[in-house]
Amino acid sequence: MMGWLESIWQALSPLSQGVLISTAYIVPVVVVIILCVAYLTLAERKIIGAIQNRIGPNRVGPYGLLQPFADVLKLLLKQVVLPSRSNRFLFLVAPLLSIVPALAAWAVVPLFPGFVIADIDAGLLFVLALTSLGVYGVIIAGWATNSKYALLGAMRSAAQIVAYEIAMGFALVGVLMASRSLNLGAIVEAQAGGFLNWFLVPLFPLFIVYFIAGVAETNRAPFDVAEGESEIVAGFHVEYSGVAFAVFFLAEYANMILISALTAVMFMGGWESPFAGLNLGWLSAPGLHWLAVKVAFFLFCFLWFRATFPRYRYDQIMRLGWKVFIPITIVWIFVEGAMAIMAVGPWSSA
Amino acid sequence: MLQAYLPVLVFLGIALGIGLVMLAIGLVFGRSGTDAEKLSPYECGFEPFEDSRMQFDVRYYLVAILFIIFDLEIAFLFPWAVALDSIGLAGLVAMGIFLTVLVVGFIYEWKKGALEWD
Repeated sequence: MMGWLESIWQALSPLSQGVLISTAYIVPVVVVIILCVAYLTLAERKIIGAIQNRIGPNRVGPYGLLQPFADVLKLLLKQVVLPSRSNRFLFLVAPLLSIVPALAAWAVVPLFPGFVIADIDAGLLFVLALTSLGVYGVIIAGWATNSKYALLGAMRSAAQIVAYEIAMGFALVGVLMASRSLNLGAIVEAQAGGFLNWFLVPLFPLFIVYFIAGVAETNRAPFDVAEGESEIVAGFHVEYSGVAFAVFFLAEYANMILISALTAVMFMGGWESPFAGLNLGWLSAPGLHWLAVKVAFFLFCFLWFRATFPRYRYDQIMRLGWKVFIPITIVWIFVEGAMAIMAVGPWSSA
Repeated sequence: MLQAYLPVLVFLGIALGIGLVMLAIGLVFGRSGTDAEKLSPYECGFEPFEDSRMQFDVRYYLVAILFIIFDLEIAFLFPWAVALDSIGLAGLVAMGIFLTVLVVGFIYEWKKGALEWD
């Protein structure tokens, strides 16, 4: 049996061997991400429920643990309405353009020591490129729907995403100056040796800017004017129903997890332990559990913000992006450059 | 060298496949049957009047233009930041001048009111 399989394996070309090996790595990662999305939706309803002194979903399975599966089944069986005036091809392509970047960006995220699906030196550039592509899904959805609300939502959302993209990009330049590498694995390794070596310390303003810009980039509360259900009903996905809506939903939550993971990787040492160097067993050992704890913390912040802050007005959002975040990041890049040349304190990583 | 990029391509394919399979399931197993009212774009119960692809505020266009300038600037900063060790003080000063020119432009558009939304 084994010999037979091995002979088939040998007969394959190196290219198809590579494709099969990558698929074997990618499928478990994607399954875990989708399960995380499912339970993030449940966690969102439970946590916001607890914050508002409610119970949250508790009917499907013990403590409502099967609720996400019931939701998915319901969405799969609903009708996908194709509005009469819409451009049908683009209407169905838009959700795909949202989901592909949200999932594929995980290819370069280091998950635990020695494991990353694609160990490429242009990792950060790839992440920046894919997160920028997400805006096309929104724009095309809004335009293809041919509804006024959808178009308004898409315009708002796109302008907001590109404005915060700039602040995010500048924050990434700060990370690059500290790590001297675009490879996310190398960025994590540059932060080895306990939480005092995390980029969080020398780059604190950039960390704050990056995470808040990430919240704005995913169109989450309090920056969710693109959805603005009280004024433009649901923004760009007002006419989406059933599984087409589910794909947008999946993309939004996958993006939240992605932003959390990227913040953890770039500012909080990814899979490194905060207690590295101390002898505390698994607490001081690097591994997937530390990345998971950090990602869970940032995801909790997403939900916490949503339950706490009222929605920003659109001009306030644009002012925060252009007039606060961009100047802060530019100033901090100047500071960091000067400090690095003069070899001052934690900024001289070389 | 390009072999390292193969998993990226495979991942893009798998992600696209997941999206396509989900949409296919929905289109095949979802309910069907419809009428004109259901398919008309939602507009608070009115018959939608005129085409929705209307003129929009020029400020959105301005934001897009500014975005291109700043995003290009970031693309220039990426290789500079990675090579910061080897280019030393001269590299830092050169980028300082480049950034200063852009900051002057940024101040100009700020004063001109290109960033105002009210």
